[in-house]
Parts: sequence; C-alpha cells; structure tokens
Amino acid sequence: MTELTCNVLVIGGGPGGYVAGIRAGQLGLDTIVVDAEALGGTCLNVGCIPSKAVIHAADEFEKATHFANSSALGISAGKPKLDLSKTVAWKDGIVKRLTTGVGGLLKKNKVRTIKGWATFIDGKTVDVKTADGVQRIRAGNVIIATGSVPVELPFMAFGGNVISSTGALTLDAPPKNFAIVGAGYIGLELGIAFAKFGSKVTVVEAMDRILPTYDAELTKPVAKRLKDLGVTVILGAKAKGLSKDGKALEIEQNGKSESIPADKVLVTVGRKPLTEGWGRENIAIEMDGRHVKIDERCLTSMSGVYAIGDVTGEPMLAHRAMAQGEMVAEIIAGHNRRWDKVAIPAICFTDPEILSCGLSPEEAKAAGYAVKTANFPFMANGRAMTMEAEDGFVRAVAREEDHLLLGLQAVGRGVSEMSAAFGLALEMGARLEDVAGTIHAHPTQGEALQEAALKALGHALHI
Amino acid sequence: MGVHVIKLPDVGEGVAEAELVEWMVKPGDNVMEDQVLAAVMTDKATVEIPSPVIGKVTWLGAKAGEIVAVGSPIVKLDVDGAGNAKDEDVAPAKEKPAAKAAPAPKAEPKPAPKVEAPKAAPKAVAAAPAASASKPPRKEGEKPLASPAVRKRAADAGVDLRRVPGTGPAGRITHEDLDAYFDHGAAAPAGRARAADTSVKEIPVIGLRRKIAEKMAVSRSRIPDIVYVDEVDMTALEDLRAKLNTEKKPDQAKLTVLPFLMRVMAKAIQDQPQVNSLFDDEAGVVKQYGGIHIGVAAQTDGGLVVPVVRHVEARGLWECAAEVARLADAAKKGSATREELSGSTITITSLGALGGIVTTPVINHPEVAIVGVNKMQVRPHWDGTAFVPRRMMNLSCAFDHRIIDGWNAAVFVQRVKTLLENPAMIFIED
Repeated sequence: MTELTCNVLVIGGGPGGYVAGIRAGQLGLDTIVVDAEALGGTCLNVGCIPSKAVIHAADEFEKATHFANSSALGISAGKPKLDLSKTVAWKDGIVKRLTTGVGGLLKKNKVRTIKGWATFIDGKTVDVKTADGVQRIRAGNVIIATGSVPVELPFMAFGGNVISSTGALTLDAPPKNFAIVGAGYIGLELGIAFAKFGSKVTVVEAMDRILPTYDAELTKPVAKRLKDLGVTVILGAKAKGLSKDGKALEIEQNGKSESIPADKVLVTVGRKPLTEGWGRENIAIEMDGRHVKIDERCLTSMSGVYAIGDVTGEPMLAHRAMAQGEMVAEIIAGHNRRWDKVAIPAICFTDPEILSCGLSPEEAKAAGYAVKTANFPFMANGRAMTMEAEDGFVRAVAREEDHLLLGLQAVGRGVSEMSAAFGLALEMGARLEDVAGTIHAHPTQGEALQEAALKALGHALHI
Repeated sequence: MGVHVIKLPDVGEGVAEAELVEWMVKPGDNVMEDQVLAAVMTDKATVEIPSPVIGKVTWLGAKAGEIVAVGSPIVKLDVDGAGNAKDEDVAPAKEKPAAKAAPAPKAEPKPAPKVEAPKAAPKAVAAAPAASASKPPRKEGEKPLASPAVRKRAADAGVDLRRVPGTGPAGRITHEDLDAYFDHGAAAPAGRARAADTSVKEIPVIGLRRKIAEKMAVSRSRIPDIVYVDEVDMTALEDLRAKLNTEKKPDQAKLTVLPFLMRVMAKAIQDQPQVNSLFDDEAGVVKQYGGIHIGVAAQTDGGLVVPVVRHVEARGLWECAAEVARLADAAKKGSATREELSGSTITITSLGALGGIVTTPVINHPEVAIVGVNKMQVRPHWDGTAFVPRRMMNLSCAFDHRIIDGWNAAVFVQRVKTLLENPAMIFIED
C-alpha cells in the first residue's frame, strides 16, 4: 500500500481530535484524523451525550411516576411503564446523528478520516491498522488525542455482571439491585438515573463523602436528594469483589465485611489517560505521572508532536480538549497561541446539578487571596419555586481588594446552563460590580447569580 | 449634637500655610480625643494634627496635596453638646481653604514660591484622583487581566500582555489600552523581545517633592551663581582621620570627612564672614550670622532633606561628628523636627562615593553659599620631581554672585583647601 503524507495527523477522533481536525481544515492544512471506532470518541459515543440522554429519560420517567401518586401540582396520571431497550435505541439514534454530523463537518473542511488503530513508528510516521491492511502515514505534525479509559479494579475486571459506564448505557432493563463502586460524578449521575428507573441502588465510596473532588457545601443538596430517592450510600467502605455466586458485591467497612445484593455492579472509580498501545515506546516523549507531559502550547517533549485532551491529564473534560484542539491547529498554522484560559467549568449532572467554575473559596484562600464569598439560595428565587427546584444556591467568590471574580459555583436544578454565564464572567475578568450591574431577566434562576454578587457586595435585594 | 470645627493650627513660627499630605480619617469615622486626624507638611517638617475632642467626622476641608492656610477649617466633627461652630463655619464651605488662589503676596513671609503656586496647587489636586483611579500596577507574577478577544489580538500582534498597562476595573486590559500600546509601540515592530514600553505613570508632585521642586526653582531662577571648583589633596587628612578612628573612644561616633569639613568651614568663615549669610532680596538686606549653622543635605526615601548642625563654631570635631550622625539618623527615620530641618546659614552637599568629579550645587535659598564635596580618589600628583599617588578630592562650591564676588569666593575655597591639606592647622587656635 502506498504511503500517505499530510501536514497534520490527528490520532483520535474524540472532541479534542475532531475539533483540531476541523480547525486545521479551516486553516487550509492538509489533515488526516484517525480513529479505530466511530468519530466523537468517548464523549459522543459512550460518555457525555448518551449519559445525558439516559438521565433525561430517567427524569421524565420519575416525573411520570411522581404523577402516578398524588402531586402538589394537581396532576395525576396512570402508572408509567418503561421499555429501557427503546430508551437505549432512542439514545443511540442521537449518538448516530451526532457522530455522522462530525464526519460531515470534517469532510466539509476537506479533512480525510481513516478508520483504524494507529501506532507510532517514529515521531513523524504512524502505521494505521485498517480493515484493508496497514496504512503508513507520514506527517509534518502529529496531534495525540487518544483520550482516556475507565479504570478497572484488578480484583473485579469488567465483564459479566461487572460493567463500566459504557455497559450501563446499553442495559436493556434496569437491574433490580444495582451496586455502584465509586461516588464520583459518573457513578452518581448513573446511580441517580437508575434509581429513577426503579433500581434499588447502593453506592459504595472509599472516601468519607460523595463527590470528593467538589467542596462539601456543594455536594450537600445532592446527598439529600440521594436519600429522598432511596439510594443507599455507604461511605468509607472498600469494594472487595463479587460474591461466589456473582449475585452480590462484597465490601469492607470499618473492618467489617458486608454483602450487598447486586444483579449488576457498575465500577466507576475514575478514568485514566490512554497512554499505552499506540507506540508511545517508539517515540521519545516525556510523561508527567500517568499522563503525557505538555507545555502551554500543548507541545510534548518532541518537536512537532502535540497532545491534547484526556491523555494530557486532569481535568479530563471534553470542552478542555476542544479548546486545546482548536489552539493546536492554530499553532501549527503559525498563529501565536498559548493556553491562557482563566477557567474551565466543570459540571456534575446529578440531581440536583453541580456547576463549578474557577476557584472555590478554599482554593482561592490557598492561592493566597483574601476573599469575599456569598451564597444566594434558590429558596429565595421565584423561578426556582415555580419549578419545585428550591434546593441549592449560587456562590460567588471574589478577591477582596478589587472584587475580581475568582470563582462561581452553583448547585441546583438545571444549573448546568448557567455555565455559559459563569465562564463568560470569569474569562472577561468581571468584578462583582459587573455581574451585579448586569440586568438578569426575571423570572429566571439566573437572577441568583446577580443576587450572589450583590450579596457579596453587601446589598442583596431579595434576601 | 453640635458641630466642632477644627482649623489648621499654627504649626510653626512664621508658617502661614501648610500642605495637607495625608488624611488618617475619612467622613463617617468616629475619632477619639488626641487621635491623629491628618498630617500636614510645612517647610520641610511633617506635623500631625490631633483631634481635640471626641466626635464623628462629617467633612474634610482639603484633599491630600492641597495647600491649606493656617486658620482654615479642615475638619468638621459631630460632637455631643454644642460644639464650637459659628453659623458661617457650618454653612457650606464656599471658601475652600485649598482654593486659596490669590495669596496676598505681602501677607507671606516667604513670597518667593507664590508666583507659581496658586496655579500649581489646583493642578496637582486634579491629577491626584486620576492617578488613584488608574489602578496600581500588577503585582509581581500576577496574570494580566484581559478578555479573550484582547488576549487574541495581543497574541496575533506578538505583544506580551504583561507589558501592557491596564486601565480597566481591577486593572483589566481593554482594547483601548492595546490601541494605545500599538500606537506607541508601532515604531519598533521588530521588538518582540524588546517591545517599547509606552506606559506613562502620573506621579503627583506633592509633599516633600513639591517643597524640593519649589525651592530648587526659586534658587535657580533668582540666584545668579558662580561655581568655583578646586582640587584638594586629602592624603594628610585621611591619614589623621584613620588614626583618630582607630584610637577613638567607644562612645564616640566614627569620623567621616564631614566633621573635618565643618570645622574647616567654621575657620574659613572667620576670614570670609559674608559667605555665612542669608540674603533677603525682597527687602534688600543681607543678614550676616555670627553663628554658623551648617545644613547637611541628606538623601532619604522620601527625597532630599537638609538637617542642620547648629553653632558649629562652638562645637568640637567629635561633637560635630555625633550631631551629624544623630541628625542623619533622624532624617532617615523621618523623626527630625521642623527645627532640626531649618535655620541653616550655609550648606554642605555630598554624594559620598557617588560624588563625581564636578557638580554644580544649587544654593539653598536664601543662603549665599554651598560647598559641594566630590568623590575622593587616588590620582597621580606632580610633587616637583615625580608623580606620586595622592588621595585627591574636588570641592565644587557655588556662591550667590550678587553678594559674593568671585575674589571672595576664591579666597574662601583656597582657605578651605589649605586647611584640609594641612589638618594640623584646623586645631591651632588663632
């Protein structure tokens, strides 16, 4: 087979890789994107998008269930039924539309895509194992965008009743007893969804609280909701493995063993950068712990070889990968770019949702700032009341000396959509006065953001 | 409740006005008796104004940097009881003390600076709020604050935003800041690594700096001076000084060249008493002083001050040394009193090792002479048969030529030179 040559070779077609491809194409660079699976990576195929589809379906089902009993709204309905395989098919339809769309966008920008597994031969040469044999590609620049994979527990490998998040998104019926190992955002998002579908969910977490990467104040409303939904949360406990009959999860808490009945066990103990299997040993790039080391231009230790997305470590978020991909394409096109972002919003699509952007009060203090913080509760927000969504709050963190916003956080129903406002405020370098002085439409939950800023300034209006 | 009006007290003999350099309180503050309200600067000393009563500040009569006449109301306090205010004091202060735009020249004991002062004062005041509104420069290592669009524009132009001053809230760099940067930086397009710094920092000339500026301007604009430079062989004096310093008692201050020079001047002034004078050119009177009060120009963090060693004619070498050390310390700490910073009749200016070869010292008006000390260094000296290494030092002296003729100036400096070169003569009684 003849060799292919290109200016930019992107290994991995996830949100980082395909965005790098589109932008490189827009800039007129001769570009190839390689991926062994469908375009869109974890995010589109087995991550962000399908999980949100399942969460939406779970929310709708729970609503219907709620109306089957008595509701304060005066609505009553019959007992709902769930056909999860149909839900999954609907979700797959969305995924299909999006991944096809990504292919179309790449094509529109004259980017070639090759389906196959890429392995580095040297820093400028990659062999791609395709259905038709090995295709050698020589490239001026290579972007490593191989992403990440779920961490597997050595004593409880994926397979059979032990599933990863990918497996949870293709179940054809909710498990009667559903055990989840790990109370991070993936475990809780799916755990809450399946609790709404009717599973008896038990979450086992080794740390002493849920969502350990978020500050405790933000996670409290989620803990309360888990309780309301009948989810059992066992903290400070270690999963030891499946029982002999495979029908229960063995755990150990405070030295005592316990057995939790489980038709399925979902293991969500984190994700790790995919740094093996693509010939990293054939090129001399440095690592930084378990991820590929990059500089502020996403350049690895090897000239002409860039890395973006989850393979470069935390935070492993699709929108970070996209921003890196766009930046690297522009750098290769000769633009003067470097990573200068102020904040990367992070969202936990639990019920209620958690949104964090910039520094938490503790992080700001640890960074040496004297800070002003204020929480505005949704309990005092009219729109939240009309949506039966009074749990949660918006929090503003600002530098005391000049009121520069350092962080914005929220927990509450649908707060994920506030991430645009939070991100914009921080990226623009807004001060408390800027947010407080912006008219926020009434009645919306967004008013809580303005009120939090006002409260930090000492004159909140509605509390 | 009544209103207590505090007026600028008489802060020193012959002082008709003072500059308000700092407020320690703001409207709304509750103050205790004797709590310091403000600092004002007279000629060269800073005086603190305490509150005579307990009360709440309701009004401040001047901004920092403004000139306030003695007797003008500067603070109003709400106090329990009747207060001391008459009606016209409480009524809106139309006569802002600072806007004292037309100081009657005859009322001023020192009319000299008044020629420009009325215009200069409001100007400096106008500049002050502007300077405080533009944010302080970024702290070391702090990321520049700018919107993504501004960041991209800067990156495209190869501009490092850390070099661009931000005028927006919290020091944010705006598109306008970038425009300004480009306008001035465009002249050096190649300078990516050495981009032109087009920032202009406005520093209001207030406090000590204004005093210095005024005095220097008066001196240079009114005194036709003659500068006379000669070199002095300091070898013998330096040998003596080293010897004295090794033999000195523990409680004695270390001798520098200054006390020797002071003693030498005291001796030389005996022959040329007219150099130890103050010239009141308005009145047309030269006041020739019997006492020799030597001002010693000293650099402090705030700027130049001139503490005064009084009655040098009555002090011995060691006393002079001790007094110079004490005053220099007080000046650096800012604790020197007004009396210690005024009243000189002749001045010495020395930059020590930075002294250069020649300087053109500015006479400390209304004095008529100043002695400038230049750097001491080993230079080859022709002794008649051969070049020998000698410790040479120049003296750059300036005289008010209206009062001191060139001949007198030369005789004075020659006398100083002779005495310094033959230090034994300093200590021989006439």
